[in-house]
Amino acid sequence: MTNRILRLIAVLFALALSPLPALAQANDFAVMVQALGQGGFPDREAAMNALVATGDERVPPILQAMSDGTLYLRKSDQRVLFAAKSGSEFKLTDPVDGSDAGTAVSADIEKIKVNNGLRGKIRTAIGTMTLLSPDSASRLSAAQSILKNADPAMLPLLDSALAAETDPKIKSTMDLARAVIVLKSDAVLDDKRAAVDTIAAHGDQAAQTVLVNALAAAPDELKPVIQTGIDAIGRNLQLWQVAQNLLYGVSLSSVLLLAAIGLSITFGVMGIINMAHGEMVMLGAYTTFVVQELIRNFAPGLMDYSLAFAVPAAFLFTALVGIAIERGIIRWLYGRPLETLLATWGLSLALQQVVRTLFGPTNQMVSPPSWMTGAFDVGGLSITWNRLWIVVFAIAVFAILQLVLNRTALGLQMRAVTQNRRMASSMGIRTPFVDAMTFGLGSGVAGMAGVALSQIDNVSPNLGQGYIIDSFMVVVFGGVGNLWGTLIGALMLGVGNKLLEPQFGAVLGKIIILVLIILFIQWRPRGLFALKGRSIEQ
Amino acid sequence: MTVVNRMIAGLGLGVTMTMGAMAVPAIAADTIKVGVLHSLSGTMAISETTLKDTMLFLIDEQNKKGGLLGKQLEAVVVDPASDWPLFAEKARELIAVDGVAAVFGCWTSSSRKSVLPVFKELNSILFYPVQYEGEESEKNVIYTGAAPNQQAIPAVDYLMSEEGGSVKRWVLEATDYVYPRTTNKILEQYLLDKGVAAEDIKINYTPFGFADWQTEVAAIKEFGSAGKKTAVVSTINGDANTPFYKELANQGVSAEDIPVVAFSVGEEELAGLDTTNLVGHLAAWNYFQSVDTPENAAFISEWHKYIKSDTRTTNDPMEAAYLGFNLWVAAVEKAGTTDTDAVLKAIVGLSVPNLTGGTATVLPNHHLTKPVLIGEIQADGQFEIVKQTAEVPGDAWSDVLPEDKGIEADWTDPLTGCGHFDTATQTCGAAPAS
Repeated sequence: MTNRILRLIAVLFALALSPLPALAQANDFAVMVQALGQGGFPDREAAMNALVATGDERVPPILQAMSDGTLYLRKSDQRVLFAAKSGSEFKLTDPVDGSDAGTAVSADIEKIKVNNGLRGKIRTAIGTMTLLSPDSASRLSAAQSILKNADPAMLPLLDSALAAETDPKIKSTMDLARAVIVLKSDAVLDDKRAAVDTIAAHGDQAAQTVLVNALAAAPDELKPVIQTGIDAIGRNLQLWQVAQNLLYGVSLSSVLLLAAIGLSITFGVMGIINMAHGEMVMLGAYTTFVVQELIRNFAPGLMDYSLAFAVPAAFLFTALVGIAIERGIIRWLYGRPLETLLATWGLSLALQQVVRTLFGPTNQMVSPPSWMTGAFDVGGLSITWNRLWIVVFAIAVFAILQLVLNRTALGLQMRAVTQNRRMASSMGIRTPFVDAMTFGLGSGVAGMAGVALSQIDNVSPNLGQGYIIDSFMVVVFGGVGNLWGTLIGALMLGVGNKLLEPQFGAVLGKIIILVLIILFIQWRPRGLFALKGRSIEQ
Repeated sequence: MTVVNRMIAGLGLGVTMTMGAMAVPAIAADTIKVGVLHSLSGTMAISETTLKDTMLFLIDEQNKKGGLLGKQLEAVVVDPASDWPLFAEKARELIAVDGVAAVFGCWTSSSRKSVLPVFKELNSILFYPVQYEGEESEKNVIYTGAAPNQQAIPAVDYLMSEEGGSVKRWVLEATDYVYPRTTNKILEQYLLDKGVAAEDIKINYTPFGFADWQTEVAAIKEFGSAGKKTAVVSTINGDANTPFYKELANQGVSAEDIPVVAFSVGEEELAGLDTTNLVGHLAAWNYFQSVDTPENAAFISEWHKYIKSDTRTTNDPMEAAYLGFNLWVAAVEKAGTTDTDAVLKAIVGLSVPNLTGGTATVLPNHHLTKPVLIGEIQADGQFEIVKQTAEVPGDAWSDVLPEDKGIEADWTDPLTGCGHFDTATQTCGAAPAS
């Protein structure tokens, strides 16, 4: 019952807002919908306002479709229709009565265009109309859009919605919206003062923006209160800013770690200068693309789990490629670092060109699974899901690699061979086999890194080139032959880079980091964690 | 070219080499050779390979129509491998060894600057199909892409207008090299002239291939929260765009709050992206695949037939290549010869239809008239045109920069023309070293 009254209020209120007299009758409604398809953006906006003024519950879906670009105009009879693409045809539905309107090909229909300005207005209009909707998600977005526009005329509607609201998150957004509106309106000073406190208590960037905007127009008595609010938020934000930069640093570190950890095995443990390491990362990213294409075509329901298939697939594929490279090229070049460097560099060019020929030179689309999109807030921190998962993934890869090296027979043999090849050989270890396996492991780990990087970077033949220098930098800085060194090296470089970037900009920041590394290497040529022992001297 | 043909050509080449300039290869009499100078490997292959395909497609179409001056056209494709000095070497090879009548090629400004001396020395013609920073007008180059006043400035005007959101605060986000630096210099001056306060302009440069945009996007968000409507003008180049847009989508920067208008992002670049969260961000070009004209529909369908894929996109530099090729064909027909100076004399003032329903005319400064289109990214990776202007004449020397005021270029007569004519002093000076 109350709900119905509230709805009535909303309708009345919308009526009061509208510039046109509302004559909401059945036929008129259809005519009004047809008007959306005519004229330019200003005409479309007027047509939209007229529709909103009817308060009809069929309006929000129509506006939503318009904003999403699924509302079309049929050229033959100038009718406005919903169009859903199925195959090469569009299935048409009448937006007024929901009846089927047949099908059409794209040449017969024309999309009803919206631009950014109109899209914003549509959002607000939907907001007004769905503030009392039973669905909590649409209520939240309605409250957010009211907050964005802060139209004083919304106040009565907002008050009634606020009284009925039970969800704390929506309530807090509505509270904020209400405070913002009060601050804008001509309410009494005490109300405004309370509103400033409410806004300041929110303490985030949006709240600060609101206050900064309000400052200029505020009456003199209110100005000091607002200024205090702004300053308080500013101090608060500054602290969060430092934390945020650290977080960005950790996130960059995880990317560096992933890119470098495979190299820390092939270069660090085996001593092979592998210039084709970046291409292993690239192959891993392309494996992700292929896996996603297969899933898209044969099992679209599994799309959200595509990365779970891509990780082992990328590991196996790149590991096999790695083993083939070791057996085919590198084993003939042991002990000749310069030739290895040249051969693997040539190999990297060849691999790039092979991929370019097979897949074309353009970027391939790897879609993010739904659980890796978007961001969430913790206090004043904004954390994006994809970065968070990449950090988790990097830690997992590191931990597993530590386990393999320290707790398995293969790991033991690897360490034995790298420390003293002849002794290991005379103890019955098949050193060529261990060499191939070690190189395969390093390559496979690089392939897994490619899966993660496909989420944040281009899947193009050049993907690997962007990471090869950084990878070498991390491994050399951290100390050759030491996984922990790679971890700490990646952390220091990542965090250092991100702390310098806001002050010096990305270009200068990177230069400073490079200079610092050169100085550091002068001072400690073996990096942060130098391996000690006889084998090192060879 | 068949193996036999190639052997004959090789033989012909051998004969020329041994006998000097006396012998003319027999094969050259039957065809007119056209050079295609685009990187097919290396970092620029991503963009340039498509243009190579476009040129082969256009030449193929022309041959089906009976060729040119009664002869068939023959494409000579070389791969400069994204290596700027190699561009100059390959250009020399095309002109001096293969004897091509004209060259279609280059993408980056660095490659264009690298081949310039070769074209001047050997007096040949380069058709350059990419939008660039302006500040150049040469006798031997026809610039078929946009100058800054045909792309950057109209885009900024659109955003300043009420329709575009009345933007008051600007972030110029750019990759650190010559095109963004010059464009930003022009844009900054233009914004200041329009009364934008200096503290409302933020310019940020990042290195080539930059992949970690977290800090930059957060800074854009912060800069945009000062209460004034903010927009980002992006001259971010190539591969750095994908991570930039991914980060924008993830941090929830929506086009309604902070629109990003890009000058280097077209249909090809969006092909590698999931654009659902990017709807409404803008690009300014002189052509979009979504242009609704019969010419464009025919072009796209022929292109799909030629490339044997109906998912391959078309883009602005492709249209520029199309215009350049058609203009060259028209000029050769008008001049009745492929001789460089005759063609250059014939080409100024020529018009051909473009794909957006208008015409492209070669101006005396060797730039074209082009319409400016502003498009919003859609969920399907295409652009929806929200604004289209009439044809704008390309301006080689930007009137916005104080040092270029009153500088004009006129190549109506290729032999006595001037690329940097100061109307104040009535002298033809050399362009300042850039």
